[in-house]
Amino acid sequence: MSKPEFSNPIVKWVDYRLPIFSMMHHELHEYPTPKNLNYFWNFGSLAGIVLGIMIVSGIVLAMNYTAHIDYAFDSVERIMRDVNFGWLIRYIHMNGASFFFIVVYIHMFRGLYYGSYKAPREILWILGVVIMLLMMATAFMGYVLPWGQMSFWGATVITNLFSALPIIGEYIVTWLWGGFAVDNPTLNRFFSLHYLLPFVIAGVVILHLAALHQHGSNNPLGIDVKKKGDTIPFHPYYTIKDLFGLGVFLTIFVAVIAYAPNYMGHPDNYIPANPLVTPAHIVPEWYFLPFYAILRAVPDKLFGVLAMFAAIAVLFVLPWLDRSPIRSAKFRPVYFIFFWVFLADCILLGYCGAMPAEEPWVTISQLATAYYFAHFLIILPVLGLYERPVDLPLSISGGSKDDDAPAAQAAE
Amino acid sequence: MSDTAHETSDGHDDLDEGRRDFLYMATGAMGAIGAAAAVWPFIDSMNPAADTLALSSIEVSLAPIEEGQSVTFKWRGKPVFVRRRTAAEIEEARAVPMGDLPDPEADDLRVKDGKDEWLVLVGVCTHLGCIPLGQKAGDEKGEYGGWFCPCHGSHYDTSGRIRKGPAPLNLPVPPYEFLTDTQIKIG
Repeated sequence: MSKPEFSNPIVKWVDYRLPIFSMMHHELHEYPTPKNLNYFWNFGSLAGIVLGIMIVSGIVLAMNYTAHIDYAFDSVERIMRDVNFGWLIRYIHMNGASFFFIVVYIHMFRGLYYGSYKAPREILWILGVVIMLLMMATAFMGYVLPWGQMSFWGATVITNLFSALPIIGEYIVTWLWGGFAVDNPTLNRFFSLHYLLPFVIAGVVILHLAALHQHGSNNPLGIDVKKKGDTIPFHPYYTIKDLFGLGVFLTIFVAVIAYAPNYMGHPDNYIPANPLVTPAHIVPEWYFLPFYAILRAVPDKLFGVLAMFAAIAVLFVLPWLDRSPIRSAKFRPVYFIFFWVFLADCILLGYCGAMPAEEPWVTISQLATAYYFAHFLIILPVLGLYERPVDLPLSISGGSKDDDAPAAQAAE
Repeated sequence: MSDTAHETSDGHDDLDEGRRDFLYMATGAMGAIGAAAAVWPFIDSMNPAADTLALSSIEVSLAPIEEGQSVTFKWRGKPVFVRRRTAAEIEEARAVPMGDLPDPEADDLRVKDGKDEWLVLVGVCTHLGCIPLGQKAGDEKGEYGGWFCPCHGSHYDTSGRIRKGPAPLNLPVPPYEFLTDTQIKIG
């Protein structure tokens, strides 16, 4: 690690006492990054930027929001109609949640494809799953705040998940509600927690980055950095690449906000909450649909809830379920196929989650749920034992164990 | 302090370490108990407050309800279903063998003596808390003629008992009493 020489005397003075500039130089400038990262590596920094957008737009929205069952719905409508640019800020926040999940899901599937969760990056992956769980909790509570029909019934269904626990379930649900149904105490505490959790996420993101920088990024070949020529400095190469990706992202984001701001929402949430009438067809936000399908696939209340939580919990132990020492799917011909089948299975589950709880969707959900777990608990461990990987290149810069092998060209 | 530690270090190592471990654990235990005691008020503050607990009871007139009709009342923030059952519906509920019920409970235990036609239920699906359909004339009533929860497909019979779907329990009967033949008090 080279010590940077700063010419600005103030920077010098500060850095001598608090080495913040040295740290930034080390982690964001000279930070050696594999030279072969593709565009799927943009989504990490993109997720960080979306978190920033969500926090800023959320703080401004909170200045005009009233967390009371009698005023919440109207205060959101006031933001939409009367507050200067309120419509824009709310649409940014509302669609930002969807885009946050799009970015994070791509980021995670990138990790699955290229084996980014394998040694020595297990903790990095686990911290990522923690961030996803926190995001889900935050998004769920945020969706309750406008106090529309979907807000109310979404909150009712999700909090009722805990009533499936034997003996203590009812007490936990009452404790979560602060009453005997989702009501004003529930709305108040959800607002409080919805404001808190993004900052907790930011904290875990810092740990995620610390774990990332310990061993550096994985790369599309999934092999370790061996020599200096395998890497390039983060700045300017990846700063500019990330900026370009951000430009593309913002173009799409702004287009949706401007032309289809309610496309990913549900019209029923523009009806004020009514505790006596459940909407005929309640669905969660799209990013929860695969998990919702798993919940509904199991015809038993407790086991349905357990299956849904297990679908996320299994991700924590993924680094130990996948026994193959090869990271990238590029060199795992059989895993390559199963990866795409798994992705299709997740999309199918999401589709089932959006459909009503009747045939044929119940049976399809059950099969897709079984496959989801089979992928992690059967296919991955077995593949680790029996799959014959393609020869790996010797280094990121090229060459393979057998220089005549066509794999050498393929790896370039 | 450092002198004492030094002096005892040659002859009384075991004794000293034992005492240190004890102090270490005692301090830790006190700290844990103290922390738990300090955390409890914060956890308990999220339980229902006194005004929420001061549950109201409601009095409901049954006079306007026709045979075969259902009416919904709000009690403790939840809907209460009152259905005036037809003779056929009562017959149907009584004819079911207990073995067919996921949550076995006889129909006559779910109504007041001699008031077989009046079924009073908390109208909250025991699966995940949606309000089942079946109160309005045009509603889908499910395969057993009672109620149908559209959220996850639970079917309840004409006694409000779960028959099919993910819900584990029957629709609960709230505490209520008949004040007169056409007046009940719920809660």
